[in-house]
Amino acid sequence: MNNSESKYKKRSQLGSIWKRLRKNKTAVAGLCVICIFVLIAIFADVIADYSTMAIRMNAAEALQPPGVGHLFGTDEYGRDVFARVVHGSRVSISIGLLTVSIAVAFGGLLGSIAGYFGGPVDNIIMRIMDTVMSIPAVLLTLSIVAALGPGMVNLLWAMAIATIPGFTRVIRSVVLPTVNQDFVEAAKACGTSNRRIILRHIIPNAIGPIIVQATMAISGMILAAAALSFIGMGIQPPRPEWGSMLSSAREYMMNSPYLVVFPGLAIVTVALSFNLFGDGLRDALDPRLKN
Amino acid sequence: MGEALLKIEDLWVRYNTDETVVYAVNGISLELDKGENLGLVGETGAGKTTTALSILRLLPKGIGQVTGGSILFEGIDLFGLKEGDMRNIRGSKISMIFQDPMTSLNPVLTVGDQISEVLLLHGYTKETVQNRVDEMLELVGIPSKRKAEYPHQFSGGMKQRIVIAIALACSPMLLIADEPTTALDVTIQAQVLEMMNDLKQQINTSMILITHDLGVVAEMCDKVAIMYAGEIVEHGTLEDVYDPGREHHPYTAGLFGSIPDLTKEEDRLSPIGGLTPDPADLPAGCKFHPRCTRCMDICREAQPVDVDLAGDAGHTGHTGHTIKCHLFGQWSAQS
Repeated sequence: MNNSESKYKKRSQLGSIWKRLRKNKTAVAGLCVICIFVLIAIFADVIADYSTMAIRMNAAEALQPPGVGHLFGTDEYGRDVFARVVHGSRVSISIGLLTVSIAVAFGGLLGSIAGYFGGPVDNIIMRIMDTVMSIPAVLLTLSIVAALGPGMVNLLWAMAIATIPGFTRVIRSVVLPTVNQDFVEAAKACGTSNRRIILRHIIPNAIGPIIVQATMAISGMILAAAALSFIGMGIQPPRPEWGSMLSSAREYMMNSPYLVVFPGLAIVTVALSFNLFGDGLRDALDPRLKN
Repeated sequence: MGEALLKIEDLWVRYNTDETVVYAVNGISLELDKGENLGLVGETGAGKTTTALSILRLLPKGIGQVTGGSILFEGIDLFGLKEGDMRNIRGSKISMIFQDPMTSLNPVLTVGDQISEVLLLHGYTKETVQNRVDEMLELVGIPSKRKAEYPHQFSGGMKQRIVIAIALACSPMLLIADEPTTALDVTIQAQVLEMMNDLKQQINTSMILITHDLGVVAEMCDKVAIMYAGEIVEHGTLEDVYDPGREHHPYTAGLFGSIPDLTKEEDRLSPIGGLTPDPADLPAGCKFHPRCTRCMDICREAQPVDVDLAGDAGHTGHTGHTIKCHLFGQWSAQS
């Protein structure tokens, strides 16, 4: 019985966050757009068949302008741009979400350990991170992909590894001022273990900047994946990806601008939505702004 | 006399910083029985909080260092315990109330969650904990339905009540209150002190009350220790220390002298001249001698020892009235 009561309490807490988020119109708009794109990604096969529309070449229909038959027109191989944008959402959104999740998980762990314990632990972790950071992110990702071979999973890990030091730094810096607060000492005086203090007291207090950083990074990751695909180290053709669609459309953009407009719009819309949503979520998560 | 609940013997603590070594606590000894209240009085920087943190073994890691002495709690040497065992004692047997209720509550957790946290850590189950949380909140005078609210929704006095509820939730044997009312205004101070006294009697807890407010001590405590520069300069029962007819350490006399007297016409307060010594550079001899109005030659050279005045005053208590001063050492310390 009490168990259900605690469940009820949790739900009502989520409920109040949702209530506050709902007041923020731009955040709700961002969330809606994200939901639409996620739904598109999930039901991509229903919306447009992958093998017949997204990847099958058809020279007869190459470079058709947008119209009834092809909503967004066709590319230089006669592939339907709409179908390719729809299927590209799968790659882009999952790369964005997964790399950032990996980076937040590892960066959060390392950053909060470094910030909380300080001293030699902090030094060792942060010097390793500095070493990784001293290699340019693109170069690091490239070398990892080159070593592991191209492919979605390898790309994910390569990008995550290049992002972890940044997250570690941000999270350490938001953890540091929290560590010296009285309530952490009070928690210690109650016999709370270090692990529990980090998870229950410090990270929730530092969550705002982490969320903002994470949402910013999602759009960054989508762009980075596009950049890597552009130089052939990311998603391999013929699999559609927004970034690679953009780069292959460069040659035709003077005569067929719709080839760059639609994938470009997709990237901008998704990136913007994540930023707006993250901003609203930060406000909603902070109970101090509650009234 | 049974075993004392808490026995601090010759405790030395120092802080090693990059530039200097700060001698925060210099050989203090204290004893506290079950149910007793001890007032620890002194100016800022006298080592009161350091003493409290030493009991909980929460001195800042790598900086604070206990260089000597022992603390026995229920006969167990706290410095010999493993970290895990120490954690079990914190919050359940010894708990602490911090000075500023505004910052000692976590702003992102509900107060109910914060009270239940300490209970869950010390033996309560998820089924029983909510009842205890309600009980504790009602006990400190807050409606239990407010447990789902966040700290910022409470006033300062109510936050301190919540902090007290957390500290007393597990019915500790020893409560360390580090200036619990300093951050509150005077009317709330009285309420909170009264409530602490009531609760303390209900669960028969001993308490160390750290304060620089002699009035609070008079209201709350059985025994008083006056600290100066990391030493206890005078220690005795409330009557011993507060009775103006008895002998006192010049510092104690100065403290009482600086309280304005309502019955006399006074234009100015009479503070103790000078400042507390820099604990990184303590004076030789008696640490109070640069500010002492009754300073003698010997004070500049030799450290005074505790002189027990209990016999002289005809006092029969188990802890004597001791004063660390050469004025009183002439006849007993030299022998």
